[in-house]
Amino acid sequence: MLSAFPHAMPVEGLIGGLMIGVAAALMLLGLGRIAGVSGLAARATGIADGGAPRGIALAFVIGLPLGALIISSLAGGIETRFPPSIIPLLIGGLLVGYGTRLGSGCTSGHGVCGMSRLSPRSLIATAIFMASGFVTVALMRAGGLL
Amino acid sequence: MKQFLVALLAGALFGAGLAFSGMADPARVQGFLDLFGHWDPTLAFVMGGAMIPMAVAWLIQRRLDKPFADAHFSLPGTSLIDRKLVIGAILFGTGWGISGLCPGPGLADLAINPLPALAFVIALLAGMIMHRVTS
Repeated sequence: MLSAFPHAMPVEGLIGGLMIGVAAALMLLGLGRIAGVSGLAARATGIADGGAPRGIALAFVIGLPLGALIISSLAGGIETRFPPSIIPLLIGGLLVGYGTRLGSGCTSGHGVCGMSRLSPRSLIATAIFMASGFVTVALMRAGGLL
Repeated sequence: MKQFLVALLAGALFGAGLAFSGMADPARVQGFLDLFGHWDPTLAFVMGGAMIPMAVAWLIQRRLDKPFADAHFSLPGTSLIDRKLVIGAILFGTGWGISGLCPGPGLADLAINPLPALAFVIALLAGMIMHRVTS
C-alpha cells in the first residue's frame, strides 16, 4: 500500500484507529469520562483511589482483552511479536507503570483523548513521551539491542 | 448496570481497534519509534483515525449538560504543565520504547499472547504501586 514502507498497514491502522476513537467517544459522551487506559487500570486494581467508579473501570479493563480476542478469533490469529527476553518486558512495564501514574496518562488518555481536545497539557505530554520513545529506540539500535 | 455495559462495550471496541490496527503487536509499535531502522508509520494512521471520532465527540460534549448514561462530566484539567507531567512522560516513553508496549496493548494481549503480556502487566502494576507508595 505504501511503497516506501512495505510493512505498514495504513488501511487497517486507520480503521482500527476509528474503532478506538469511537470507543473513546462512547466513554466521553456516555459516561463523561476520559478513556485513559493507565488511569482505568490503576482504578480497576484499586491502586488509585480517585477517578472513575471501580465497576466502570473494571468493565472497561475486562472489555479490552475481550475485544482483542474477538478480532483475533475472526482473523484466525493476529501477530504479537514480543521482545525475545523477559527483561525488556519487566523494565518496560515498571517504567510505563510508574511514568503513566506520575504523568497522569498514556497513549490513550493524553494521546487520543487529550490531543483531540487540544489540551495543552496532553499535547506537551504526548510530544515528550513520543520523543522519549524515539530516543530510547535509537539508543537501543545504536547499542546493538535491536 | 447500564454504565457497566457502556464501559464494557467501550473497552471491547477499544481492544478490537488495537488488535485490528496492528497496535497489539509490540514489534510494530517499536517499529514506529525506530526512526533509524525500518520505520513503520502505521501508528500514525491509528492516531489519526482515532482523532476523527474524538474531535467530533468533543464538539458534541460542549453542547451537552451531562453525558447520556451518567449524572455529570468528570473531566481532568487541560492547563497544568509541571515537573511530574514532564518526568512521567519521559519515563513512560522510555519504557514504551524498551518494550514496544503501553497499557492498552499490554492488557489486550492478555487474551492473545498471555504469558509475555502477563509479565508486562505485572511489572506495569508494580510500577504503579511504586508510584503510589513513594508519593
